[in-house]
Amino acid sequence: MAKAPVSEETLKKQFGPHLNYVPPGGWKDESIHPAEKLVKTHCCFCGQQCGIQLKVRENRVIGFEPWEEFPFNRGMLCPKGVKRYLQGNHPDRLLSPLMRSEQGFRRATWDEALDFTVSRIREIQEKYGKDAIAIYGGASLSTEKSYLMGKFARVALGTRHIDYNGRLCMVSAGTAYKLAFGVDRSTIPWSEIPKAEVLFVIGANIGDCAPITTDYIWRCRDNGGRLIVADPRMTPITRNADLYLPLRPGTDLALLMGMLHVILRDGLEDREFIARFTTGFEAVAESAKQWNLQKAAEMTGVPPEAIEKAARWVGKSKRVILMHARGLEHQSKGVENCLAVVNIALATGNIGREGAGPTMITGQGNGQGGREHGQKCDQLPGQRSLTDPAAREYIAGVWGIHPEELPQPGYTAEEIMEAIHRGEIKGLLSTCFNPLVSLPDANFTREALSKLEFFGVIDFFLSETAHHADVVLSGSLHEEEDGLGCSAEGRVIHWKKSIDPPGEARPDSDIIIDLAHRLGRGQYFPFKSPADILEELRIASRGGIADYYGITYERVDKEMGIFWPCPSLDHPGTPRLFVDRKFYTHDGKAHFNVTEWRPSGDPISDEYPLFLTTGRVVSQYLSGTQTRRIGALIDQYPEPRAEIHPRLAEKQGIKDGDWVTVTTRRDDLTIQAMVVKTIRPDTVFIPYHWAGTRSANRLTHRTLDPRSKIPEFKVSACRIAKASGPDASPDDRDPHVNGASRGGA
Amino acid sequence: MFGYEFYVDPSRCIGCRSCLQACEECETHRGKSMINFDFIERRENISSAAYVCWHCDEPTCAQVCPADAIKKGEDGIVHSSLKPRCIACNNCVLACPFGIPKMMEAEQQMMKCDMCYDRTSVGKRPMCATVCPSQALAYVRPEEIAKRRERPTNVFYFGGQKITTKVYMMAPAEREAITLDVVDYMWKEEP
Repeated sequence: MAKAPVSEETLKKQFGPHLNYVPPGGWKDESIHPAEKLVKTHCCFCGQQCGIQLKVRENRVIGFEPWEEFPFNRGMLCPKGVKRYLQGNHPDRLLSPLMRSEQGFRRATWDEALDFTVSRIREIQEKYGKDAIAIYGGASLSTEKSYLMGKFARVALGTRHIDYNGRLCMVSAGTAYKLAFGVDRSTIPWSEIPKAEVLFVIGANIGDCAPITTDYIWRCRDNGGRLIVADPRMTPITRNADLYLPLRPGTDLALLMGMLHVILRDGLEDREFIARFTTGFEAVAESAKQWNLQKAAEMTGVPPEAIEKAARWVGKSKRVILMHARGLEHQSKGVENCLAVVNIALATGNIGREGAGPTMITGQGNGQGGREHGQKCDQLPGQRSLTDPAAREYIAGVWGIHPEELPQPGYTAEEIMEAIHRGEIKGLLSTCFNPLVSLPDANFTREALSKLEFFGVIDFFLSETAHHADVVLSGSLHEEEDGLGCSAEGRVIHWKKSIDPPGEARPDSDIIIDLAHRLGRGQYFPFKSPADILEELRIASRGGIADYYGITYERVDKEMGIFWPCPSLDHPGTPRLFVDRKFYTHDGKAHFNVTEWRPSGDPISDEYPLFLTTGRVVSQYLSGTQTRRIGALIDQYPEPRAEIHPRLAEKQGIKDGDWVTVTTRRDDLTIQAMVVKTIRPDTVFIPYHWAGTRSANRLTHRTLDPRSKIPEFKVSACRIAKASGPDASPDDRDPHVNGASRGGA
Repeated sequence: MFGYEFYVDPSRCIGCRSCLQACEECETHRGKSMINFDFIERRENISSAAYVCWHCDEPTCAQVCPADAIKKGEDGIVHSSLKPRCIACNNCVLACPFGIPKMMEAEQQMMKCDMCYDRTSVGKRPMCATVCPSQALAYVRPEEIAKRRERPTNVFYFGGQKITTKVYMMAPAEREAITLDVVDYMWKEEP
């Protein structure tokens, strides 16, 4: 039974999150014991994948130095990047495998933990069938590890069900771009951003979630470019927006269709481009007729003249970049929203040219690389489709199995949790994923976890989800294994091994390969190092869309990254896609796609009259498994707050800092209010990085986009009321250890 | 670093506080940040500003120091107080028109931004300006800053006191009234 063995409080005392404030040996130690080497690698957090140099001494990361030569960030780092090194040498770090016991978790040997894992997997598969075991992966894994997870699921376990936490990130844009262009990648490198005449940013809190991109946007404005921002909140980049469109949550499609309507009404489309390089324009043009300005304004709450101005700026400019992120994607019509952006880009011919193109901003560290080589439930390496007979035959050949042995596509991340809840999936092996914090409707997730007959976790810290595990295999940090990553730009980069895993912790890929051997499938996993995995990955991706055949560690180091596709060792890589206006679709054309308006899966009502939208703050990352353990980052934004407009606050008698209860159809959450004029009065915003009594995902709902299967995190219905104080439940704020007073030795 | 100047542009600041976090990683004052940071008026708008010491040509902090503990180098850098001389009287903290000096209670010493003297003296850029994701803090050549919309100035007036500084402030090339309430941007006829 995968319930937490002892109370959450007891587990927190032992495994944290505790707050680490100071480097090993204290602040002054480095002046006595300087670093032995600087390792040029990358930040372990978001999809910007900034270059950074880690200071290393005696197999410990003791600090950082900016890496100014790396072209993407040129030394720039956000606060998470600055403090990333403090996750090493952390008191919460798992140093050996753990097995559940009556008293909590006890230390185990690797043999005991791995044999137990293998025997439970075998028992469950023999009793219930191969698909009764599911695999969760994550987008913080290197590309080699992501590839390995896909192969492990299909070849070692033979299960259909493998998916990853990237399902909560880029999949709506990925689905849309595959439909339109046949490829899932940003169409441009970031170096194009300063060259645009107009930047249209929709549903992308760039300042908080992709901080380095801010400099590219400001440089575009320096060059005379105009910035349009569409968001229910004035996010930091809005301070310099030339036009701000404060749309109602969940109405992006109406705004985009209203803009397309104006572009076509005023004859601003690029007829020649449409005729030569696209299909499907007429149907989309027909569908845009109904979206007149009055209707678009009514749906979005944005003045019609502002929508018209945005459309004209986009329609009349020669170079337009349209940037979008989770705000657009985290909706039950996330794919539609992204397709609507693409339709505007295609209608105006803004693609394949300098300073032009639609651009998804991937959010997770290896969000791009982690979704290219088979970690997704429906995909094989090289962005190949698992249902394509030719792809199955090729990959089966590379792997040395019969194509028939390859399972068919399985469930997506949230669907796996639902299958666990209804008893269809009995066992789960999860790495690099904290679904109890990051999936919607956390109470449902908790119930599902309690139904598992076997739950194994590979991780370096004991996440809140791992509290429910039967066995925890102590894995590796980003800096403890070599590997490739791929940034939001599509630039393949090299994560360099800086140190060995501490204690008895092992590299993640080592653990997976060992499990494969113990499952009797060792002949398919002969890898001795990440380099061995990369060799096979290069061949497996060869001829696919995400072709890595020409990419090696040496080339990546020398060339400061390589943009895929890179089909041969002498190929320079492909920074900007579609330069020749040839698309990766079956007919080589870009495809317009008709979009369909659907209401949110959690509509507002008299009882729940407000919109709840969730997102990130700059000092925290995803479910906080890593960043909630770093003292300086917690100090910067210690607790989730409910952002509301003074107009709403006044109506409810709420003052800044008051305790408020936010209630949805799932649950309620009591936190403090932050009263600001930078959010719509009909909207409540809560960041989602926290667990337990402060978990925003207790409030969200499980409606998925029908194609991308992304949850609708950005639109829930809620109400808010003043509360007398925090919940009566025990205070679960994170205790300080290790340099509790700031500025101490 | 020869040929490089320090520019502060609050209009570019996104409030991420990377500068604060990075400043305390600096060798000479590890664990203590010397950056000044404010949200201007968070209830009203999202504007934020991070700034370093302006390194005045005639530093008020040094002028008011009764212990002669604050020194300006030939390169124009105004340093933290000299530990053996500083009497922690707070004169500099009170007198600085920019609010820069910080009294370190534990050490009984005034400390302040020295523009990463340990870094710039060995050819590295200051930590804050290197990491700043929006380049609101920038340490670049004048020709680089000339590409920006805003224009640099290093002349400040505080009442009758005119102050010229080593560090430049980026000011808007043209001014216009800015409204910053979401409601002002919403459709008045919203149903």
